[in-house]
Amino acid sequence: MNARAAVTVYVPGDAGALSVGAEEVAAELARECRRRELPIRIRRNGSRGLYWLEPLIEAVTDAGRVAYGPVRAADVPALLDAGLLEGGQHALRLGDIESHDWLRGQQRLTAARLGIVDPADIDDYIAHGGYVGLSTALTMPPAEIVRVVTDSGLRGRGGAAFPTGIKWQTVHDQSAAQKYIACNADEGDSGTFSDRMLMEGDPFALIEGMTIAGLAVGATRGFIYLRVEYPHAARALALALRVARERGYLGRDLRDSGRDFDIAVRLGAGAYICGEETSMLESLEGRRGEVRVRPPLPAVKGLFGQPTVVNNVVTLATVPVILARGAAFYRDFGVGKSRGTIPLQLAGNVKCGGLVERAFGLTVNDLVYGYGGGSATGRPVRAVQIGGPLGAYLPESQFDTPLEYEALSARDGLLGHGGVVVFDDSVDMARMARYALEFCAIESCGKCTPCRVGSTRGVELVDRILASSNGSHAGDIALLDELCDTMANGSLCGLGGLTPFPVRSALKHFPDDFRRR
Amino acid sequence: MTREKAFVERSVDAAIARTRNEPGPLLEILHSVQHDLGCVPPESVPLIADALNLSRAEVHGVVSFYHHFRERPAGTHTLQLCRAEACQSMNGDALADFARRRLQLDFGETRADGKVTLEAVYCLGNCACAPSAMIDGQLRGRVDAQAIAECAAGWGVPE
Repeated sequence: MNARAAVTVYVPGDAGALSVGAEEVAAELARECRRRELPIRIRRNGSRGLYWLEPLIEAVTDAGRVAYGPVRAADVPALLDAGLLEGGQHALRLGDIESHDWLRGQQRLTAARLGIVDPADIDDYIAHGGYVGLSTALTMPPAEIVRVVTDSGLRGRGGAAFPTGIKWQTVHDQSAAQKYIACNADEGDSGTFSDRMLMEGDPFALIEGMTIAGLAVGATRGFIYLRVEYPHAARALALALRVARERGYLGRDLRDSGRDFDIAVRLGAGAYICGEETSMLESLEGRRGEVRVRPPLPAVKGLFGQPTVVNNVVTLATVPVILARGAAFYRDFGVGKSRGTIPLQLAGNVKCGGLVERAFGLTVNDLVYGYGGGSATGRPVRAVQIGGPLGAYLPESQFDTPLEYEALSARDGLLGHGGVVVFDDSVDMARMARYALEFCAIESCGKCTPCRVGSTRGVELVDRILASSNGSHAGDIALLDELCDTMANGSLCGLGGLTPFPVRSALKHFPDDFRRR
Repeated sequence: MTREKAFVERSVDAAIARTRNEPGPLLEILHSVQHDLGCVPPESVPLIADALNLSRAEVHGVVSFYHHFRERPAGTHTLQLCRAEACQSMNGDALADFARRRLQLDFGETRADGKVTLEAVYCLGNCACAPSAMIDGQLRGRVDAQAIAECAAGWGVPE
């Protein structure tokens, strides 16, 4: 037995998998195999994003990777009895996970390596197509790199959906002694976790994307502004950055190109508003995260007053595949002005939640019922909130809406960072509207009045509406709508400006919830 | 000099030395001090302000802006419960009520016996495994009342 080569077993080190027991599974697997004198090598991958099956472990057998899940530590002895290391039969056996219905139809470009590679192993990254994009970029003049990104149709995946190439062009065209790449990793929207998954499961993709951005616009320094709620991502990034530096993919004269680029991680401190780009820049400079008035745009006068590319994690992690495969390859996915793919995150009260990367155009129905299998509680689905706490609630009657920028905009919603939170019929939409305003009040930076004061007045109004007799009800509803108008048109940034989306959509689609009960 | 004051000075000096060549280092310094001391004590504010040539008001303004920084240490154990939408959709409100009742605390409070601090957080990025909590720095998914009851019992919080 001992002479046999060690069998590799993948146990995710992803925070979500760890949150449901992956570490205990890894420890039990190591202990039990030692006891049985079975040589194994446990590798820690990211999550493939099928969270209802986490912890999902995979044994590398002669016939490929064989998955089992959801595995609890207590299942490990029985799994080994059943021949886990040879891909043996067991109730938890899922087989080749890539042929699972959930993954088979996905179009994973940004998340291509997620759950497959060891995030600490740069050679694994390279073996799975990593750093091809950088090699290509190093053969191009900077303006050509920008052109490829522009032609790909890539738009900012953080929420604002601004064309990435145009932003890069602006920074490229500035002359300055120092330019910066600032990665927004302050993924604060409820229902979103694709940034986290990528940073934990494939951090080199982000590093490569930032490096390409640096080459394109002439920046030599990058910052990743990471939210403090993501300690696992912080560790994964620190390790990957060290390895990339050691191997000459970062730092001075990277890949003997004569070009310099390096990245530092800066931790946020629990402020939702710091996901807004100008507030993030203030925070990176060590100040209160109060939003800046635009113009000037960060692309002209950003971090420390210098031209700065501010992009979200998913956006930057998508750049390598665009450079590697070409603008046309990427642009050929998607519909209308929503080109490429979007890693959607299905969350909340849903049976099968997780990461679904597909070309734009999948409908809410496809996602919630096709992938999600309906609610986790088994009750009818009543609504989804798309795009985080500033996104609209959509009633079931509008689940035919395609998940792309223009279609959602036409329905007074937004795609945001691609999070979709499912609610069953027990949800009280007046309470959700109140929460949207309360959250805005808690997280407002306080700089502009419509947001700072409007949010609190809004909470009071909803309370009054819910407490009112029918006489004053209509008047207060009209007042709330007017307040939403003021916030939407008078706020400096998206926090106050978009909070009306969830409030108004709740009022519009679920008016009965606001009547006195 | 009291022992506590010496700790504070040492922590601030180390943080400032470590970030000397960093641009805009205030948040880094505050993280470092809180890592050492469990909070950013008010005594540290003038020291940091002096070193960075800022006013005390400016430093205090930053400390108080960010939810993560505390001016007093937390209890021995910390339960941070996610109160955002995805966790609410999985009956998070009932879970929050249970936690408050069982720990005899409201959000943002620490028990008088110093055993537990209860905090609300807004999204831990684990929304497909809702409801989520950070318990003593460990992320936990699919949290239910039983899990919280077990923690409370383990921490010696009387029923």
